[in-house]
Parts: sequence; C-alpha cells; structure tokens
Amino acid sequence: MLDWIQSLGHRTLSRLAAFGRAGQLLAQSLIARPSPITMFPLLVQQLYFVGVLSLVIIVVSGGFIGMVLGLQGYTILVDYGSEQAVGQMVALSLVRELAPVVTALLFAGRAGSALTAEIGLMKATEQLASLEMIGVDPLRRVIAPRFWAGFISMPILTVIFSVVGVWGGAIVAVDWLGIYDGSFWANMQHSVDFNDDVLNGIIKSIVFGAVVTWIAVFEGYDCVPTSEGISQATTRTVVFSSLAVLGLDFILTALMFGEL
Amino acid sequence: MDPLSDIIIDIRGMTFSRGSRTIFDDISIRVPRGKVTAIMGPSGTGKTTLLKLIGGQLKPDSGQILLEDDDIPRLGRRELFLARERMGMLFQSGALFTDMSVFENVAFPIRVHTDLSQDMIRDIVLMKLQAVGLRGAAKLMPSELSGGMARRVALARAIALDPDIVMYDEPFTGQDPIAMGVLVNLIRRLNQALGHTSIIVSHDIKETLGIADYVYMVADGRVIAEGTPEQLAVVDSEQVRQFMQGLPDGPVPFHYPAPDLMQELLQETP
Amino acid sequence: MRMRTMEIGVGFLMLAGAVALVVLALNISGLSLANQGGGYRVYARFENIGGLTARAKVAMSGVQIGEVTAIRLDPKFLVAEVEMRIRDDVDYLSTDSSAQILTAGLLGEQYIGITPGAEDENLKDGDRIQDTQSALVLEDLVGKFLFNKVSE
Repeated sequence: MLDWIQSLGHRTLSRLAAFGRAGQLLAQSLIARPSPITMFPLLVQQLYFVGVLSLVIIVVSGGFIGMVLGLQGYTILVDYGSEQAVGQMVALSLVRELAPVVTALLFAGRAGSALTAEIGLMKATEQLASLEMIGVDPLRRVIAPRFWAGFISMPILTVIFSVVGVWGGAIVAVDWLGIYDGSFWANMQHSVDFNDDVLNGIIKSIVFGAVVTWIAVFEGYDCVPTSEGISQATTRTVVFSSLAVLGLDFILTALMFGEL
Repeated sequence: MDPLSDIIIDIRGMTFSRGSRTIFDDISIRVPRGKVTAIMGPSGTGKTTLLKLIGGQLKPDSGQILLEDDDIPRLGRRELFLARERMGMLFQSGALFTDMSVFENVAFPIRVHTDLSQDMIRDIVLMKLQAVGLRGAAKLMPSELSGGMARRVALARAIALDPDIVMYDEPFTGQDPIAMGVLVNLIRRLNQALGHTSIIVSHDIKETLGIADYVYMVADGRVIAEGTPEQLAVVDSEQVRQFMQGLPDGPVPFHYPAPDLMQELLQETP
Repeated sequence: MRMRTMEIGVGFLMLAGAVALVVLALNISGLSLANQGGGYRVYARFENIGGLTARAKVAMSGVQIGEVTAIRLDPKFLVAEVEMRIRDDVDYLSTDSSAQILTAGLLGEQYIGITPGAEDENLKDGDRIQDTQSALVLEDLVGKFLFNKVSE
C-alpha cells in the first residue's frame, strides 16, 4: 500500500516535471529571438510536411463523414417529415464539432506522430546536439517552425474539412435521396451563423492545432533517444493529443454554446 | 618538451552526477594546445558526457571548465554560442542533417555564422570535402553514405569554420579496418595541417595510442593514469594494464556481482 | 527543385483554405455581404413569443423580407419586444400592418409573418407595429380545447 502511494507520488511528480519542461519548451521556442528571414523557408518546408501532406486524408475523411451524416440525418429526420432539415444538421454538426475534432484527431495521427518521430530521431542521431555545437539553437531552428506550421495548418485543414463534408452531405441528400436542393441550402444557410458557428469552429481548431503540435513537438524533444523511446513517445503523442482534444472540446463547447 | 606547457582547456576539480550516480568525482584534466589528447576508459565511464560538458551542453555540479579564460558552465547563452563557434565536434553517429545533401551539411555552419557569398561558401565546402576525400560525394544525401563516409563528411563539417578545438566522440567505433585506417590518418593529418587541438574520446586502444600525444585514462569517475603513450605502457597499475591489454578479468570483474553460484542453484524457486 | 514543389504545395494549401473559408461564409452560413447592415428596423410587442429566436426570418405571404435581430423583455409593459430588420427594397408596409408569430409546419421553427394593412403611410426606421398576434402555444391550445369541451 505504501509502495503504491509512493509510486503514485513519484509518477505525479515526474508528470508535473514533464509539464514544466513542456511549458519551458513552448516559451523558449516562441519567445526566442525571431528571425523571419531564415525562418520563412523553414516554415514553408514544415507547412508542406505538416499541412499539404495531410490534405488527402482530410479531404477523404471529410467527404465520407459528410456523406454518412447526410444518410443518417435523412433516415432520422424523414420520420418527422422534416428531411429538409438535413442540410442544417449536416452543416451544424460539421462546422461546430466534427470538423475541428476529427481534423485534430487525424492531424494528431498523421502529422503529430510524424513530428514526434522526426524530432525524436534527430535527437537519437545527435542532430540536435550537433546543431547546438554548431552554435544554432535547435529550439529556433527545429522546434519553432514546426510549432508554427501546426498552428497555421490546423484551421486551414478544418475549414477544408467542413466544406468537403457539407459537399459530401449534399451529394447524398440532394443527388441520391432527392431532397429539393433549394430547401437543403436555404435551411442550412438560415441556421448556420458565421460568427456563432463558423468562427467558433475555427477558434476551436486553432486551440486544437496549438495543443496537438505542442504535445507532438515536446514528446519528440523530450523522448528517450533510443528506438524504443521514440516509439513510446510517438504513441504518447497520439494518446495524449487525442485525449487533450476531446477534453478541450468539451470545455470549449460549454463556453461557446452551452448556457453555463 | 613537456606537453602540458601550453594549456587550452583546463578542467579543475569538476564533479558531475546524473541522478544519484556520480559520473565524475572531482576530476581534473588539462588539454595541451595544438596536440592530440586522448581520453580513454571502459564503456559507461562518461567519456561522451565529458565532451558534452566541455561543449556546454551539460553543466557540472561543481568545478571549473576553462577554455582559455572563459569558464564554460558560467557563460551566458550568447557567449556560450560564441565559444562553441571555436569548437567542432564529431559525434559518434556522425549526426549529419538527414534532410540536407552532403554539400549543404558542410556549408551549414558557414552559412549560419558568416555572410560569405555563395561562391566563397562553395569554394570552402569543396576544399573541406577534398580534405576528407569526398568531394565527389557532394551531391549525395546522408542516407546514401556508408558509416565511414558519413563520419568523414561530419568531420568536414566539424572543421568547416576552422575551429580551435575539434572533439571526436568514439570516432573508430563500428568501422571496418579500412575506414578506421582512413580516419586515424585523417585525424592526425588534419591536426598537423590545420594546427587545431584535438580531443579524442575512445576505447580503441591501438588506434588511439597511435595518434595521441597525451592520454588520460578515466575509470570510476576519476583519472587513473595520464601521460604520453610511452609513459602509459609502463604504468604499474592493474587497472591500467587490464584495459590496455584487454584482459577479460581483473579489477573490472567479469562477473556482475551475484550470490554464490552453488548456493543459488540449490535454492528452491519460490 | 524540391523546395519549389513545396512552395507550390503550400501555396495550394493556402489557396484551398481561403476558398474554403469563402464557401463556408457565403454558401454554408449564408453570410451575404450585400445584406450586411442594410435595411430598416421595426419593433413589435408580443405577449408571448413562444420559441422565436434571433435570426428567425420575417416573411410576408411566405416570402422572406427580413430577419429578427433582437428580442428583449419590455420592463414597462411586461411583454416581449422584438426588433426586426426589414430589407430596404420592401418600403411599402403600411403603418397598420400586423405581425404574427407563425410556425413553419407543425413542429418547425417559428417566424414572423407580416400582413399589410390599408393605410397610405408606410413604416419607417424605428416604427412600431401595433397590431400583433402572439405565438401559437400548443399547450394553451390544448388547454382551451379541453376547457371548452368541459363547459359544453
């Protein structure tokens, strides 16, 4: 029993220490003397790896999720004779919830794990140490561009996800199930508010993007530099960022839409 | 002539521990300028840690690490980076940047620290690559190089800015005899040609002793012997002799501490 | 050359993001740039607004002519006051028009229906519609119906 308490305390303390290191990493890499001229090409490179290469999975998932929403929404709403509302249902669930959350989860799996593995590998092969010895701060050279790339890519990917999803829903509802497209779009446009729904969804995605990249970058930078350590860190990135996204989503939803 | 008459790095009474394990206990090492100094010892004695301490990547618990007049652990971030510009380090794995070609790897420190024109940079890089015999490989990516070649490229990168000190972390480990011969030769030749100070951390006795001017032997966090290779060969210490001759048993025991074998065999498994 | 592909890729991503945002704004949330800020405001008091919300539509003969911009409680008369914005081109609503809270379908959303009157003078910005009819509250209706049955 005493052992158990002791190990619990030990684990809590080491988690707390990791949290402290993560905060330190964030502060140092963001506050670090900005040098836009050298930063820009690095940022473009990272935007490519983090953003452009995630585009395909985002578009495909967005399309399918929209189509499923269209089908499910139709089968439920047709019982109440209000199948015209399917557009509204698809759009609201996508813009408010599914686009930011699913994009963040996919992003954690696709880009987050890759970031962790890449940085972990750079640590294991002493590339980070070597940068330091050359006199280049790895936080500015390696960590900062990746962080910004994740931060910028997430809202863009989320917006694309929403649009593709709505389009997928429209294909199912209008083209296959024969809902009159005028009422589909009119219902949707009437119920979706730009400020309340679209902007809040984008704010969510910005928060998720920052958190997921932060976790990914930190786990890579803080990993045990062995092959086992890297694989554990990659797993931790996906698990922690998924949990963080879902937890934060609840808090943000409560703040934005809930009447708490 | 006494090799220790002109000192560039002076480590005084330094203690460093990781967790509860003391890695260096009040150790003192002096590195002569312009010479090849070897730091030798069994695996796990923290030789790589020593290089990281000199490079300021780790901070000791107490003691001084003087690079001429600068005490490395007490430098601010900016001064530390300036001090590092005077050092080149060859990492055990080579540590080439995997997303850049060989040429860009060698050019990297020059681009970061100077405002030279593209033509000048190109000339310097090609000269450095020529020095390690890999000018022809300039366009390759690090993944296309063999281990020995990668280490030579890393060496070219380490000397790109003509540093005062070049540190080699286990340069011979895992190399075939030819690559090993090439590296030994290269380290010696570059040291003579460029006049920098070399610090080699290694446990490859024959190769290291062949090029070192002065040797420190480290074990259990202390210097157990020092001197020129000739002096070390005649040191009367069991510990030194075991390491130098590669004897399987001695002060470093073959057996990890364990209870008596017969006793453990006869014990009933719980 | 590799850098070039990346630049093009990132450019494409940015462009796709911008296009998606515009689509999201115009097509999905129906944010109309022309509509923003235009129109004139008209007020109406209702005894019970039922499930009416801000952004509900204001229609005449079923054609949308504006939307509800705000709903508040009038502390003096102790009834709900609804502020609505009517499109500028609909400038022919007479001052004795009546406003009614209607329901789209049996259980659909609620909206305001305007029925024009016969006066020559038309409603202007800040005017109030006097003749209003509250929302049809299903519970009240059922209650009345039962009451009538009993009293028969």
